[in-house]
Amino acid sequence: MVTEKDVEHIAELADIGINTGELDTFTHQFNAILDYFDVLDLVNGDTTISRDLINTMREDVVEPSLPREEVLKNAAAQEDGFIKAPRVM
Amino acid sequence: MESHELTFEPDDRYNAFLAVCKKAPYGKGKLSGIAVAVKDNISTRGIETTCASKILKGYIPPYDAHAVELLRHAGAAIVGKTNMDEFGMGTTTENSAFGPTLNPCDTGRVPGGSSGGSAAAVAGNMVRMALGTDTGGSIRCPAAFCGIVGMKPTYGRVSRYGLIAYANSLEQIGPMARNVSDVSSLLQVIAGKDRHDSTTYDRPYTHTPVSGIKGLKIGLPQEYFGEGVDPRVAGVVKNAIGRLEELGATTVSCSIPSMKFALAAYYVTCACEASSNLARFDGVRYGPGADSKKSWHESFKEVRRAGFGAEVRRRIMLGTFALSSGYYGKYYAKAQVARENVKADFARIFSEVDLIAGPTMPSIAFKLGEKSDPLSMYLSDILTVPANLAGIPAISVPCGKVDTMPVGLQIMGRHFDDERVIDAAYAYEQAVN
Repeated sequence: MVTEKDVEHIAELADIGINTGELDTFTHQFNAILDYFDVLDLVNGDTTISRDLINTMREDVVEPSLPREEVLKNAAAQEDGFIKAPRVM
Repeated sequence: MESHELTFEPDDRYNAFLAVCKKAPYGKGKLSGIAVAVKDNISTRGIETTCASKILKGYIPPYDAHAVELLRHAGAAIVGKTNMDEFGMGTTTENSAFGPTLNPCDTGRVPGGSSGGSAAAVAGNMVRMALGTDTGGSIRCPAAFCGIVGMKPTYGRVSRYGLIAYANSLEQIGPMARNVSDVSSLLQVIAGKDRHDSTTYDRPYTHTPVSGIKGLKIGLPQEYFGEGVDPRVAGVVKNAIGRLEELGATTVSCSIPSMKFALAAYYVTCACEASSNLARFDGVRYGPGADSKKSWHESFKEVRRAGFGAEVRRRIMLGTFALSSGYYGKYYAKAQVARENVKADFARIFSEVDLIAGPTMPSIAFKLGEKSDPLSMYLSDILTVPANLAGIPAISVPCGKVDTMPVGLQIMGRHFDDERVIDAAYAYEQAVN
């Protein structure tokens, strides 16, 4: 059972942004869905079988990349050939 | 290379397209001059690609997805981008930020989803072929609901490079068309190894369908004909399987006990993968732009609240929750064990049969607005998600009608047995047409 406070916390973790007016609906839907997920409690075991899988590795070789203007053209804000982001500090 | 031009001005009464190329260039090759529509989560250089989301409105990819590049090399005319559930999250195409697509068989009903625009464009005769993507049934569901053929290839058979990721471990790009031969021709072009997608195998598809089903053994899982499946749909599919028996196939009843966990395992897995994949949509490198005067988190939240629809936000939050401290073991870890159980069930059944058949969807196409509750929408994916969890190939081929609406016969095969799956669908199609 999750509460409105839990949903608010999850929204915070996911940087999703939530309006107080939406909390009730989301909480109600989450509880219905999570109730359904409880069927997974019946699954035996906690770890998956390890398989003989091999990673696909390659050398880190420099290759031609997209021109800067191509990369920048989808960014809404840019400055001096860089993408402008919100302040971090 | 692309020296010719195809004029494409469809009467899009179904809202199948989000972008149309009125003058579509094409070149020489196997698909020369054939109009192909591409689902809007597959990157197309120079053509707006939005995943039917406001958060990508105006995004023009600077490169082609590998599958699109192969289409261009084969001479196809890329005529437009098709509507879908936002980021592929949905079963009806009603979750598009740009309005729902209508089902060409009955415009009061949904076309299925999430590749609903591709299915409607094909079923409405606007294009001969289309690319869709299938994470939990998103090609097969709309194919069944609109009465066309759609295939999810074996995981790893088609490159996902340039497919805007939602749930990487489950999704595949695949072909949609009005008949099995066209589905096969499209798969020929898009399948094969790609160095940009390390999960691709060196298994090109060079097959031409042959009507070969004689002597094959087909498993019929009881879960595909039981509770939750409209008995009228089950009846139509059983008749179709009867036709396969007349053609020389034998059938045997089987069971997939892990089906009781499959849907929960699927939704936990895809939500978790989505919560990570969709973190990149912050409005900074592409999208609407973030308010650079605000703090990172504040501006990030604002952009995502305004840019994502309700279902996308719901799945991101569900995934974040299922991966969070204290819940990972209960949800994500258990889902992965359940997924292994699904794989093991298929492996056991495929040691005794060549193919598995059943309905694609438990019902006919829903009426617009009918599935307003998220969980009831999720439940309708129960017959398609097992193939994605296991990574096996699966096709939906039209096999009759209930209340004038099409029903799809789903045929699944062993890993990399895409050829046999196609041959079985072709045998059925040839026998009834």
